[in-house]
Amino acid sequence: MSGPAILPATHAQAPSAAAGRRAFWAGFAVVVGVLAVAPVVLPPFWRALLTEILIWGLLGMSSDLLIGYTGMVSFGHSAFFGLGVYGAAAALLAFRPSLWLALALGLLGAGIVAACVAYFATRLRDIYFSITTLVFSQIFYVIIFAWTPVTGGENGLTFHAPPLSVLGVGTPFTPVTLHWFVLAVVALAYLLCRRITQSPFGTVLKSIRENEARTRAIGYRVERYKIVAVMLSGLFAGLSGALYALMNKFAAPDHVFWVVSGEAVIYNVMGGIGTLAGPILGAGVFLFLREFLSRFFTTYYLIPVGIIFILIIIFLPQGLLGFARRRLNE
Amino acid sequence: MAQIVPLDQLLIQILNGVINGMIIALVASGLTLIFGIMDVVNFAHGEFYMLGAYVGTTVLALTHSFWLALLAASLVIFILGGAIQVTTLRPLLGRDPLTSLLATFGVSLVLQQYALWQYGPVTRQIGEPFKGQFPLFYISYPWYRIVVAGLSGAIVAGLWLFLKRSTYGIWIRATTQDRVMAAAMGIPVPMVHTAVFGLGTAMAGASGVLVAPLVGVDFTMGLQVIIRAFIVVVVGGMGNLGGSVAAAIFIGLLEALASIWVSPVIAVLVSFAVLILTLLVRPHGLFAPTPR
Repeated sequence: MSGPAILPATHAQAPSAAAGRRAFWAGFAVVVGVLAVAPVVLPPFWRALLTEILIWGLLGMSSDLLIGYTGMVSFGHSAFFGLGVYGAAAALLAFRPSLWLALALGLLGAGIVAACVAYFATRLRDIYFSITTLVFSQIFYVIIFAWTPVTGGENGLTFHAPPLSVLGVGTPFTPVTLHWFVLAVVALAYLLCRRITQSPFGTVLKSIRENEARTRAIGYRVERYKIVAVMLSGLFAGLSGALYALMNKFAAPDHVFWVVSGEAVIYNVMGGIGTLAGPILGAGVFLFLREFLSRFFTTYYLIPVGIIFILIIIFLPQGLLGFARRRLNE
Repeated sequence: MAQIVPLDQLLIQILNGVINGMIIALVASGLTLIFGIMDVVNFAHGEFYMLGAYVGTTVLALTHSFWLALLAASLVIFILGGAIQVTTLRPLLGRDPLTSLLATFGVSLVLQQYALWQYGPVTRQIGEPFKGQFPLFYISYPWYRIVVAGLSGAIVAGLWLFLKRSTYGIWIRATTQDRVMAAAMGIPVPMVHTAVFGLGTAMAGASGVLVAPLVGVDFTMGLQVIIRAFIVVVVGGMGNLGGSVAAAIFIGLLEALASIWVSPVIAVLVSFAVLILTLLVRPHGLFAPTPR
């Protein structure tokens, strides 16, 4: 997106880099601590919602690597997410019930799709990229929908969750340990994404967003950077899909349908693009609004949510987190 | 082993393909008009198509006149499209084009859920306005399908004439070429944008009414058409009216011919493949002149 670059607040306001780092780690520890304690005290419904927020937040964050840092709006993240779900399902149904195998096959599935999408779609810019990713996700949707003997077709696949096994010790997942596991994966993924965006590689991505022609003129191979960016984004999206499979224990064509990609974009716009943490907040706001508004609007909660979404685009282009940071800096 | 396809079956599928192509052409030319003039990718285009069909069925139930339903639906969607442009797209003028894509995505969510809320999830079937059929080889082919293709072609041709010949058409083309200069010449650019968005969405609405007797009306019909319209618009060259029509017929034909051998669900993949090949070989569109 054009407009002033949204720098992380830790860089913009800190008197020194060391103080900024301390503030970041303190904030990170507080947030993770609260999220770790929450499932113990929350009732089951809200606990499950919180776990789901983390999973969808990871999807939103993966999409932010493209939207916020490279300036490419992907409407194809449902393909990565869905193949993550189906990859995990394949591991659990066809092989053995192993947690790590499920995650690995989820990542593999998403990685293959991401390689395919990255190769073709990164030749295009702006809306052409958006439309191509959308069409790619529909290709995989049609394949999964029609290939009934393997994917279960419209009915999808159901399976059992594997035990939580670390270093050879396995216990069945409880809702609380599942939440902790998801939290650990999402927190690590966040740190990894943050490291990526602050690395020289991430800086090149940001310069592609700001001025692609100039980045190319300086001598960077823009296409290669974009391909790697899409691959990374797809892998994180596949990871969230695999986590989703662990939590809900079923895979359906709906997970590949582009509406999922649209929701990932909504999380980004609501929370704030180019912030990584913003999409997680956005997912939280979206799912909370869904629960809250469906009491008044039943299944039509998307009408008020859609209106709020449009209002945020018009009046808060940096999203909730970007807006909050700017207010704090003033 | 590949079977030899009888000639009559081939001809019937070619006719089907051209007719489907003309219907998509009408939806896609509204989309490409809006993109060409405003740089807006209207994600909600399918929803205007769907709402047009609903308004059409409502008016048809009240008046029993198909032509009145077509006219009323076009008018209602024109006003709705204009109102949405003023409230959601006008404030975004001058921002990144992707912002308007996101805003119209929000609009599509609202409109789709509104239709579900207002009209319910049940598919509405309406009869073809004329029942006549003519014999074509071993089947009898409904005249209505021919009329739909003809009307779609006439509306697109009317749009082309409007853009080429009328004063307002000149205003619209001037705005496309240079927004600032057009404003300096006294053309009310914001009004032109609103009118063009209304016009483009009205074409989608009209097309929704025309296909309603063929496919039935439900709240997801927009989702089914929007991706195909996107493909047609990209293959035809974004903002290129003639290219969109050619691409629509081309893709309609390919899908119809493919469905001789595979199920229609798989036949959709053909148009996806066309899109990808187009993007690889000629990213600016298969039916558009090479940009200098």
